[in-house]
Amino acid sequence: MTSHDSRSPDFDKSHWHRQLLEHRSALFAVLVTVGISIGGMVEIVPMYSMSAGPETLEGVTPYTPLELAGRDIYVSEGCYNCHSQWVRPFRDETLRYGEWSRAGEYAYDRPFQLGSRRIGPDLHRVGGKYPDAWHWEHMRDPRSTSPGSIMPPYTWLYEKTYDVEDVQASMTAMQTAGVPYTDADIAGAGATIDAQATKIVSNLAATGANAQQDKQIIALIAYLQRIGVDGRNAIAAQDGGQ
Amino acid sequence: MSVEPQTQAASLSAVDYDDAIVKKFIAASMLFGVIGMTVGALIALQLAWWPANLGLEFTSFGRLRPLHTNAVIFAFTGNFIFAGIYYSMQRLLKTRLFSDALSNIHFYGWQAIILSAAITLPLGLTQGKEYAELIWPIDLSIAVIWVVFAINFFGTIAKRRVKHLYVAIWFYMSMVITIAVLHIVNNLSIPATLTRSYPIYAGMTDALVQWWYGHNAVGFLLTTPILGLMYYFLPKSVERPVFSYRLSIIHFWALIFLYIWAGPHHLLYSALPDWAQTLGMIFSIMLIAPSWGGMLNGLLTLRGAWDKLRTDPIVKFWVVAVTFYGMSTFEGPMMSIRVVNSLSHFTDWTIGHVHSGALGWVGMAAFATFYWLVPRLWNTKLHSQGLATAHFWLATVGIVLYVVAMWSSGITQGLMWRAIDDAGQLQFPSFVDTVLELMPFYWIRLVGGLMYLTGLLLACFNLLMTVKNAPAASAAAAK
Repeated sequence: MTSHDSRSPDFDKSHWHRQLLEHRSALFAVLVTVGISIGGMVEIVPMYSMSAGPETLEGVTPYTPLELAGRDIYVSEGCYNCHSQWVRPFRDETLRYGEWSRAGEYAYDRPFQLGSRRIGPDLHRVGGKYPDAWHWEHMRDPRSTSPGSIMPPYTWLYEKTYDVEDVQASMTAMQTAGVPYTDADIAGAGATIDAQATKIVSNLAATGANAQQDKQIIALIAYLQRIGVDGRNAIAAQDGGQ
Repeated sequence: MSVEPQTQAASLSAVDYDDAIVKKFIAASMLFGVIGMTVGALIALQLAWWPANLGLEFTSFGRLRPLHTNAVIFAFTGNFIFAGIYYSMQRLLKTRLFSDALSNIHFYGWQAIILSAAITLPLGLTQGKEYAELIWPIDLSIAVIWVVFAINFFGTIAKRRVKHLYVAIWFYMSMVITIAVLHIVNNLSIPATLTRSYPIYAGMTDALVQWWYGHNAVGFLLTTPILGLMYYFLPKSVERPVFSYRLSIIHFWALIFLYIWAGPHHLLYSALPDWAQTLGMIFSIMLIAPSWGGMLNGLLTLRGAWDKLRTDPIVKFWVVAVTFYGMSTFEGPMMSIRVVNSLSHFTDWTIGHVHSGALGWVGMAAFATFYWLVPRLWNTKLHSQGLATAHFWLATVGIVLYVVAMWSSGITQGLMWRAIDDAGQLQFPSFVDTVLELMPFYWIRLVGGLMYLTGLLLACFNLLMTVKNAPAASAAAAK
């Protein structure tokens, strides 16, 4: 049987699909909507249940204001196009990067930055792996620290500045979304940023780098040095406790 | 002329179809196709030769890659789909589009969205979720324009003069509904500033919602509408009826039901709960059946018309398009199997897979459609069959070079990453070493992509000459 038959007037009366659905566009649309909704609901709704959803991890805390500013830069530059933050539970990956990634580590990641392609290495255990000065050199001239790298230099991060009020707006939005920043955290963001940035600048100064604390690169270094650190500590504490 | 009911044709021949809107969408698709693929070639060059990042923040890989994907998916493919749907649904339903005003708001609104994407993405304004990078004000505009499109679409269905809905319309309908759901749910976020927002989902939940969206953007933007267009334009091109009506029913309902479950295959071996990963894998494998149902229904429609494959470039484009659809819908489920995914994930294999779908299936279907449509819309003949055939070979060889290079690159790098030496240590501890190994493949990929782009430029020239040489009367009537 081919559509030769399906075009004849008799066919209209004989085939259930045509009679029942093809003549009724509204019912057709409703059935399509039902059909495409089931899978998504079955998979997404349980993410909000304690037993079926992603596991939590004790000791993971929200990003500091400076780290948040750095994370916004990471997102803005599209770092996720080349770098994952997702160590898979394979021997080669734990050898190369460190502990495999747990769900609870991502609790404050909005947007998530797991990535899908490693044109460069995974970054989920990069926090604390290198000194601040390494990142300072690497972001300006990737080949100075990683000979042969194909990463572009990010020179503009050394000139452009981040904005404290902007960070506070981000914290307020995050607070609305459910991240436990207090009003005091937001009001005091300027001082918190100042303290953390000063420390990074002095670390850099010790190696001879002349850094200014309001530059974007400082915020990015703060974020890079934080990625995966809470998770690593929490996992170590769990393992130690066993 | 095969797909419409013959009996009513005579009495309805006086319908005044809106073809001006179809012409606009075709022109936009070709223009943004050239731009999107040129950006693609540039970022391919950047991977082979990093100084092509040009030292500017606006042209760095991380900012341009989203521009490439968004341009090809939403601008090239989006405009192609709208052109094909607006042309075919008027004929299938024997009525003019619901509203000329809505058609034009849809067209200009969509182009404005594309332009704003082309400005904001290089500026680094992004949501940081793949294929959903556009910032929240643009997302809102997309939602509004999509509603305009939906009203126009369902309004046209409501005033149809053919009682039944042809299979192409089912597929279009599944796109209109599903893309609306996906776009809205995935982009729910809290604005912080005019250009920045944070999703209401966090961590692995955000990842799941995003890949539910991402995979089904492939399913319901790059697959179902194109299948609908295949069901109209392929039978038209070969002047044969669709092979099996029953098969189209089964594979339609199975495809749209199964597709939506498959997103978690993007998160295999992640921290996503195991049950969700397994569901994603199982449904991905099941997807082979309805996907191949569509491929077979397309290929078997050519029964008795295979001789046209030798002479008619349009048929050549369709055959390669449907074949690549079959190939990539076999490859995708394979890559969703955990053990295969452990090798393929994070590598260029994925990039190759996407491009066999995008260049092979979507692109070739678009060219087949445009070569068939443009001469008819302007009431003339195609300027050059020879150029169209040259385009076909450039594109086909270009895809093969591209995909084979990415397979080789992906498997090479995947194997290097996991290689362990006798002492139990990484054989290639330096990540850079695994990248430098890929350089020959990156140059081959660039050549393949440039061949495909050259073919597209030939098509632009060929179609422009076709329009230019069209009889003045019909050009003036421009319906």
